[in-house]
Amino acid sequence: MSALSRDDVAHVAMLARIQLSEAELDRLAGQLDQIVGWVGQVNEVAAADVPPTSHPLPLTNVTRPDEVRPSLAVEQALAAAPMAQEQRFAVPRILDED
Amino acid sequence: MTDLTRLTAARMAEGLAAGDFTSEALTQAHLDRIERLNPVLNAYLQVDTEGALATARAVDAARAAGESLPRLAGVPVAVKDIACTVGIPTTAGSRMLEGWVPPYDATIVTRLKEARMPILGKTNMDEFAMGSSTEHSAYGPTRNPWDLERIPGGSGGGSSAAVAAYLAPLAIGSDTGGSIRQPAAVTGTVGTKPTYGGVSRYGVIALASSLDQIGPCARTVADAALLHEVVAGHDPMDSTSIDAPVPPVLEASATRDLTGLRVGVVREISGEGFQAGVLARFEEAVEELKALGAEVVEVSCPHFRYAMAAYYLILPSEASSNLARYDAMRYGLRVGPDGVDSPSAEQVMGASRDAGFGDEVKRRIILGTYALSSGYYDAYYGQAQKVRTLIARDFEAAFSQADVLVSPTAPTTAFRIGDQTEDPMTMYLNDIATIPANLAGVPGLSLPVGVADEDGLPVGLQVLAPATEDQRLYAVAAALEERLHTAWGGPVLDRAPTVESQEVPA
Repeated sequence: MSALSRDDVAHVAMLARIQLSEAELDRLAGQLDQIVGWVGQVNEVAAADVPPTSHPLPLTNVTRPDEVRPSLAVEQALAAAPMAQEQRFAVPRILDED
Repeated sequence: MTDLTRLTAARMAEGLAAGDFTSEALTQAHLDRIERLNPVLNAYLQVDTEGALATARAVDAARAAGESLPRLAGVPVAVKDIACTVGIPTTAGSRMLEGWVPPYDATIVTRLKEARMPILGKTNMDEFAMGSSTEHSAYGPTRNPWDLERIPGGSGGGSSAAVAAYLAPLAIGSDTGGSIRQPAAVTGTVGTKPTYGGVSRYGVIALASSLDQIGPCARTVADAALLHEVVAGHDPMDSTSIDAPVPPVLEASATRDLTGLRVGVVREISGEGFQAGVLARFEEAVEELKALGAEVVEVSCPHFRYAMAAYYLILPSEASSNLARYDAMRYGLRVGPDGVDSPSAEQVMGASRDAGFGDEVKRRIILGTYALSSGYYDAYYGQAQKVRTLIARDFEAAFSQADVLVSPTAPTTAFRIGDQTEDPMTMYLNDIATIPANLAGVPGLSLPVGVADEDGLPVGLQVLAPATEDQRLYAVAAALEERLHTAWGGPVLDRAPTVESQEVPA
């Protein structure tokens, strides 16, 4: 069965903000369809009344006292920025220009 | 003088304490070997010659001044390129982070520094720890020192190859589905995935946060225990870190007798689909466990057959979320799309993530995004989480019949570079025996139990224990290792051909 079409892969890749080339779509779509079919076997297990496990430890929220602690200096935080300006991360435009 | 790099870490520590040699000499011996052999093996992505020697000299000076030092002070260590290191580029094997120098240290790196261990460098890995062969590194594959045409396992193939080839006595690994244990198995070394939460993940680049665990890689069980004790323990910076004393793993690694211990052989991960030579060594090792006094029983974990499928939903789902941070805005690669004059942030993200991620990372991000998307969530991610519960229940039932469980670590010995890259799903099956432990959070250790008859390559046995009972792994592994070394007249690594004697593949 085909679970995932080439168009589906292009759509999901867009949601994940990965601009796949046509050649990549050709290569990955078939593989992903096969993988999705294979992982679908989890549905062979009758588990309607089984609680889900999101995490191996029985944890509740872990908090620390709300106290100011030392943090990175501005220069450290910006050291790896692709672009920085006026002590801030400089990013490409968010909105359309017009 | 003997080759210092051949010593165990425990012997290195003794030699340093006794003044037989200096940390500088020991560290330099490793750096020389790295310089000579790393161009062939590609085990290290970064070598920190100056930093390692500076730590070594400081340890030598402190020792000369009579300071009391931690046990492993002066013993060098390698760190998988997944842990942040101030001043040393950290890439996780990805183009996305090429040249990135972290502004802070991972807690485990801080602990290595507090233990005063010279850090030799950063080891190669599959990109963002996704893979079982280290072929998915953006910086080229690492080669297995047993046979340069074969893979050293993955994702931690750099660490396993470095330890196996005496380019480091100890290394840090990370294990999300087997990335410490499977590389150990295929290189004839020892590797431990501690209980989930046993070692801090702070400053470790996240793959799948509910599965990831940091652990030691070494050549002997006792050496692994030494490093385990250095890095383990509660860290307030990691909210999933267990706030309890570290299990007494070092003490356990002196165990030589297993009388009364119940060992369970897991039927579902020790038969069909495993290479003949792997099963032969495994079955012999089980006989040795009986000879050591253990009582061997067969146990069944019926839901393990769904573990791979559940894992390949849970891991991609968590990874798709974790890797969303590589958005080309604050750090990492930023490129614009071709032919667009003033691209939007969204277009830059899409182009950067296409250029910065390799195929396996893209496959898993897309798979995870799909599994989490509206309309598919219940059938995929939700159902996988239920299967995860059933796997944990299988472990509970098995541990009511046995103190530890055993299986072969990997279904085959090391395969040839290039053999499995065409078909991602074949690659996934390498972790069939190791993945259940990550899903349930229980600890596991792999140790060498000989070489397969058909190819002369090393075989690993995996020991699994209930959560927070990590010391049981070391007790079983240490007793078995001692017995096997006595029978063989030395460790299995002694049978590996030297790297120098092998023809370098084109």
